[in-house]
Amino acid sequence: MDSKLKIGIIIIIIIIGAYQIFKPGVQYDRIEIAGSTSVQPVAEKLAEKYMEKHPNVKINVQGGGSGMGIRTTKQGIVNIGTISKSLKPAEKDELQEYVIGNDGIVIAVNTQNNISGLNDQQLKDIFSGKITNWKEVGGYDSKIHVVIRESGSGTLSSFESLVMNKTKIRSDAIVQGSTEGVKQTVKQDPYAIGFVSLSHMSSDVKILEINEITPSETTISDGSYSLKVPFEFLTMGDAQGVTKLFIEWVLGPEGQAIMRSENIVPAIGNVSDDA
Amino acid sequence: MNKKLGEYLIEKGLFITAIFSIIIILLIFAFVFREGLPIFQDFGVLNFIFGMEWAPSDGQFGVFTMIIGSLCITLLALIMAVPLSLLCAIFMAEIAPSGMRKILKPVIETLAGIPSVVYGFFGLIVMVPLIRVQFGGTGFSMLSASIILTVMILPTIISVSEDAMRSIPHEYKEASLALGATQWQTIKNVIFPASVPGIITAIILGMGRAIGETLAVIMVAGNVTQIPQSIMDPVRALTSNIALEMGYATGLHYNALFGTAVVLFIMIMVLLVIANYYHYKKKVVIGGGYL
Repeated sequence: MDSKLKIGIIIIIIIIGAYQIFKPGVQYDRIEIAGSTSVQPVAEKLAEKYMEKHPNVKINVQGGGSGMGIRTTKQGIVNIGTISKSLKPAEKDELQEYVIGNDGIVIAVNTQNNISGLNDQQLKDIFSGKITNWKEVGGYDSKIHVVIRESGSGTLSSFESLVMNKTKIRSDAIVQGSTEGVKQTVKQDPYAIGFVSLSHMSSDVKILEINEITPSETTISDGSYSLKVPFEFLTMGDAQGVTKLFIEWVLGPEGQAIMRSENIVPAIGNVSDDA
Repeated sequence: MNKKLGEYLIEKGLFITAIFSIIIILLIFAFVFREGLPIFQDFGVLNFIFGMEWAPSDGQFGVFTMIIGSLCITLLALIMAVPLSLLCAIFMAEIAPSGMRKILKPVIETLAGIPSVVYGFFGLIVMVPLIRVQFGGTGFSMLSASIILTVMILPTIISVSEDAMRSIPHEYKEASLALGATQWQTIKNVIFPASVPGIITAIILGMGRAIGETLAVIMVAGNVTQIPQSIMDPVRALTSNIALEMGYATGLHYNALFGTAVVLFIMIMVLLVIANYYHYKKKVVIGGGYL
């Protein structure tokens, strides 16, 4: 029994010691951010730069999807929720929207594909299953392999509202769980077509023109490229304290410069309420 | 007195550790069932289980295609894995010289240690393009998923069934050989039948891993919610459905994913009960003891 007692005392000392070592010494102001996986990388970058300048602020950025951004903000679990779509009126409640930038959806095909562009209607028909062969849009005689994202993904819901307009996407489309998954598929399969966000674009796949307009920062900010996706911060009620300072900084010149370096088209002014 | 108390504490301590896993399972089941309950109430149990359409944005939550998907992937993987691994186990337990066995065993165990995301990535980069080029289609298919799963469950089935074969008492083998049976006859008629319960356990463990595997399957199966017409068609497994959409789901959709977990839970339990039944039925009773 004696040795058991000793072991017990040693364990308690170790636990207390570990707590002393790991317990936070300084009090930080914390900002919790969660939501859209499309916004996550740029939000992380913003947080990192902001923390460099303000060492007493700790910002924690998590993904989870636009739905989670809305849910956790409403429940008060996070200070800022991020979404990559505009709020539906039903979701709005007391949420305050801050548009921090704009991204675009890019239609990607394999580099061996000879198609260079599609129009709105062709795009919609390909994804709805009305057009199933590349030769119908001027390409090789081969079946089109449609690749989409999982339901609930910010990119998918943006794509659905921008392109599909209530038409259903064909039910046998391959579903990939991430932007990388879509890119990897399109990169390997000469007959695949998929969509990814402009900021995640890389040169190993071919970008299609939509209505003869190439997606770029200019065409997205002047609105001529039709597949534009807003990046928004959400707060419950008006932002306050550190959160407010952070959002102001993001919307200011410094924050917007970082957005630009991440291939996000900067927001013009603070559009907090899109009626 | 002190000695008695010590005995008592150890006895109870062991009892607590023994029922710990049962408590955990019950807690998980209670939680999953509670979270999934609303979907069964609002959407209907039969509509949920036998519904063919999964479209959360339209309020359609039918998981039948995924039940079929999970079963088909697992079945196909077992069809490929069981013969391969049993033959390998026989070789390792009975035929291989000990030097070879010393190399084979750790290599196979390494196979079990590779994380599933690595298998999935290997599948995405190597298997999927290979199947697309060889058989056409997109390459994302039941076959790709099953091949990856086959490799993943091989080590489990091999090592457990090999252990079962090696634990057969030496007398059986010696008696068989003494009666003039050849080595193959001994394996076929004595060793193999005697180790069937252990082999069934091995297959159950492999099946459990196959049906529960998520990440690797997401990456190569294509995740389309449809009943596969051939092994070249993409499918979605129940586990993939949960993992794909969990991060986004709100409201009833969220409950539907827990409902999916309940279905998976029940499916695994049914499979375990069936497998256990055969495990006991095939038990060989010789010389007053079990094998």
